[in-house]
Amino acid sequence: MVVNEYRIQGATGEWEVVIGLEVHAQIVSDAKLFSGASTTFGAEPNTQVSLVDAAMPGMLPVLNGECIRQAVRTGMALDAQINAVSRFDRKNYFYADLPQGYQISQLYHPLVGEGVLTVLLDDKDENSAKAIGIERIHVEQDAGKLMHDQHATSSYVDLNRCGVALMEIVSRPDMNSPAEAGAYVRKLRSILRYVGSCDGNMEEGSMRADVNVSVRMPGGELGTRTETKNVNSVRFVMAVVEHEAKRQVELIEGGGTVAQETRLYDPDRNVTRTLRMKDDAHDYRYFPDPDLLPLELDETFLDECRASLPELPDAKRKRFEGLGITPYNASVLTAEVETAHWFDALLKAGTPPVQAANWVASELFGALNRLGKTLADSPVSPADAAELLSLVADKTISGSLAKQVFEIMLETGESAAAIVEARGLKQTSDTGAIDAAIDEILAANSDKVEQYKDGKEALFGFFVGQTMKAMQGKANPGVVNERLRARLLE
Amino acid sequence: MSVNIEQVRHIAKLARIAMSDAEVEALVPELNAIIGWVEQLAAVDTDGVEPLTAVIDLKLRLREDKVTDGNVRDAVLANAPEAEHGFFAVPKVIE
Amino acid sequence: MTLTTKTIAELRDGFRGGEFSAREVAESFNAAVAGARALNAFTVETPEVALAAADAADAARGDGDYGALAGVPLGIKDLFATEGVDTTAGSKILKGFKPRYESTVSAKLKAAGAGMLGKLNMDEFAMGSSNETSAYGPVISPWKRNDGGNAALTPGGSSGGSAAAVAAGLAPGVTGTDTGGSIRQPAAFTGICGIKPTYGRCSRWGIVSFASSLDQAGPMAKTVRDCAILLEVMSGFDPKDSTSLDLPVPKYEAGLSGDLKGKRVGIPTEYRIDGVPAEVDALWDKGVEWLRDAGAEPVNISLPHSQYALPTYYIIAPAEASSNLARYDGVRYGLREIGEGGLDGMYAATRAAGFGEEVKRRIMIGTYVLSAGFYDAYFTKAQKVRTLIKRDFAEAFKACDFILTPTAPSAAFGIGEKMDDPLAMYLNDVFAVPASLAGLPAMSVPGGLDEQGLPLGLHLIGCELDEQGVLNAALAIEERAGFRARAEKWW
Repeated sequence: MVVNEYRIQGATGEWEVVIGLEVHAQIVSDAKLFSGASTTFGAEPNTQVSLVDAAMPGMLPVLNGECIRQAVRTGMALDAQINAVSRFDRKNYFYADLPQGYQISQLYHPLVGEGVLTVLLDDKDENSAKAIGIERIHVEQDAGKLMHDQHATSSYVDLNRCGVALMEIVSRPDMNSPAEAGAYVRKLRSILRYVGSCDGNMEEGSMRADVNVSVRMPGGELGTRTETKNVNSVRFVMAVVEHEAKRQVELIEGGGTVAQETRLYDPDRNVTRTLRMKDDAHDYRYFPDPDLLPLELDETFLDECRASLPELPDAKRKRFEGLGITPYNASVLTAEVETAHWFDALLKAGTPPVQAANWVASELFGALNRLGKTLADSPVSPADAAELLSLVADKTISGSLAKQVFEIMLETGESAAAIVEARGLKQTSDTGAIDAAIDEILAANSDKVEQYKDGKEALFGFFVGQTMKAMQGKANPGVVNERLRARLLE
Repeated sequence: MSVNIEQVRHIAKLARIAMSDAEVEALVPELNAIIGWVEQLAAVDTDGVEPLTAVIDLKLRLREDKVTDGNVRDAVLANAPEAEHGFFAVPKVIE
Repeated sequence: MTLTTKTIAELRDGFRGGEFSAREVAESFNAAVAGARALNAFTVETPEVALAAADAADAARGDGDYGALAGVPLGIKDLFATEGVDTTAGSKILKGFKPRYESTVSAKLKAAGAGMLGKLNMDEFAMGSSNETSAYGPVISPWKRNDGGNAALTPGGSSGGSAAAVAAGLAPGVTGTDTGGSIRQPAAFTGICGIKPTYGRCSRWGIVSFASSLDQAGPMAKTVRDCAILLEVMSGFDPKDSTSLDLPVPKYEAGLSGDLKGKRVGIPTEYRIDGVPAEVDALWDKGVEWLRDAGAEPVNISLPHSQYALPTYYIIAPAEASSNLARYDGVRYGLREIGEGGLDGMYAATRAAGFGEEVKRRIMIGTYVLSAGFYDAYFTKAQKVRTLIKRDFAEAFKACDFILTPTAPSAAFGIGEKMDDPLAMYLNDVFAVPASLAGLPAMSVPGGLDEQGLPLGLHLIGCELDEQGVLNAALAIEERAGFRARAEKWW
């Protein structure tokens, strides 16, 4: 059970924070929700716009089945209720990025109902799991883009994004700290990327969060909440929660009241400010879109969605832990779907799980960090890594030698086996050679031998190290140990 | 239920139609006549009746996820009152 | 050869049989159009387009390779987007708008070889019953009362230009649209035939949207057969319209038969209303007799919620319209007026200048009935009553195969006579609206003239998807009514 301990220290006491998140996630699909125009990011303005998107007179919407499939799969991945019957409603308002004068959304009968998302607040601690409720997921159109800085007296409208399919994922107000909010967004993003329904690219805007924050005295009534729109990074979400909560506490303690309003986050100044009201027009006059009929999904469709789901992060993490991998490593390895797939491939190639996990978490990630590369650009593939690690497992090379080989692999792109072969790095268990080296070292360090025999046990390591060095690291450490011990006992 | 001048003004604002005071005033009785007339529906017993969701019994069709449209910027901008550099131009909006 | 008095069937067959060329036909109608500007039936004339189609038809005739409507020029209501040709929807806000696309329905007609004589005047955004709300001036009916006075009469609306064009011999057939009677009522006022098919039978893609759950395209022409010919071409599944019926289109013309043996015609008691001229009811009675003569058995039926149809319509249609017309904002096409206050000012000024009184009124009503606090009481309530109205028909059709009523509660009235009172204007559609709400096929066929020499129409409502049944009943009436009257040329 996670007890909420996060508090804002106010002048009059401690305050609790209540957070709800509405995440808008762009659905991965080739074409838009209701038109056949492309959804690719970054095209020339108004080139990915059909007459339907431009809301020409007489244009009509036709639903893209793939968008529904992805939203259903997402709902299933969040253990949510899938509504076999749902409807589209028009949300009516005027803005230049909304050609129809309404957005097609789902208010009254959304596609997905209640679900749950579990976050681990501490990667190492299973007991730090917290379940955050999902209230609903609905499908809706994205709006176009307005640009205000291209011209002195005009704003420019680009409708490329207009009509792209969005999932709006609405959480229950179950979060109580910036950390929880951050963990939620991270986990949600990870799940979306596992499912493949959204690429989670927050900088590009394919996933953004509206952050609802209110404060209250512990045990008190829920306060008025504000909504900060279009926050596009996990870091910013957490900053908004903290900033808004503090602002509200100060405001209330100063005798003011929190206004239920929409705000924008300014990342440069780390403040939220009131969005200049588009007058009072909050009356969206929702009504069922008469150009569309009720959406009915049959069992076959739903079964296919379910069958198409991959192993999800939590299940994968449990599976890895079951293989003996530490909880922390399991978390790290399953946080991102690309990592998990990479690791799964490594396991499939036969690498023992614990060895594989340790190696990936420290050696591989360490190297990628150093080189400034992502896993996607890793010079070493799972197959390459599997080969390297098998050479250690069958004692062809030692663990420490493997590190050197890995460096060479990164630099040259050669395979481990080729490197070992070419540079004669095979570890030797040849007792003759080892004994000879040992004799040399002991002879050269007779004083230390005396000290060791007198009780200075720690010197054993020194002898091992020197022997390994003399053998250029190629001696089997186990055999070195054995022979040295035997020799020193004489 | 009837509407007063303030409400009519508010509706005109929601509908983004500019109206002079005189126009708003003239609309009040006109709208009230229509509203009063349609209000007779309140007398109809609709207990247990569902609102009509589809005129003809049809299922919503799902289409294939294929790019079949777009790349028609010329057509999209052809009738624009003002277009520049591939964009629609509107009076500057301050957010 | 007065080609302009011929029916579509005659023109089509005459062209195919080589009696006359398509060009001769087009030229005749072009001349008629050009000589009838006093009626103001056309918002734009496209004689070259008609000639081009005619020439193409003539060229193809030799190979026997011609479409179903080759040789037949038509008028297209200005609500249909026609590529490269002005499409105004009768509104100032779309003045000069030349779409870069063609509506599915008009494209089908053109693909069948039909030529286009021009775009037909109409009530603004199809909102009206007299063609007096058009921003391009009212359409004057070719009909005059026989009282010697010269009062200008309305042809009905919203497809007033369409109706006038056929009645005046300017086009052998036209397209109209019907949301609450806008094909049937003007057809009745001008003594021609017009059918609104089952909702979803004709594609709405490319037709300027008024009320999405009610709008339907349909043909208007002098005869039932002509309507059947046109309807066959206009109908059909369109993947670009989610409300389009994915069903094969029956061969309406081949299926025509005036033999109604074994059929039952329902006579709804609620359609006998106070204040309707005796002549209208008298014609209705005659209609029953004609149908009986054709073999149909009259049956009294009840459509208990009929009286609520008009108020239901005047909640739902304006609500949908208020949303459908939000796109007319001066940003991407049409009129733009700069007002005060940046973007919102532009919206408000554009729409104030671009929309006429009736359109504004309906947008206001629609906005109101959808607004917070009123949605349940008005819009949801109306949709529930609509369910009841649809049920009424479903119930009634257990006892009959089609229903007969008058089309309109009066003959055509004078221009300006009903403009003072919107409600009085709305009552024009009292008989037509229920079938629209229920999405059922319905047709008006001329029954006779009233005392003032003005046409009165009879109205047939059929079951879902039974356009054939409606056409056949109309044919039976047409065969017996002997309606030969034509408006006397005064223009």
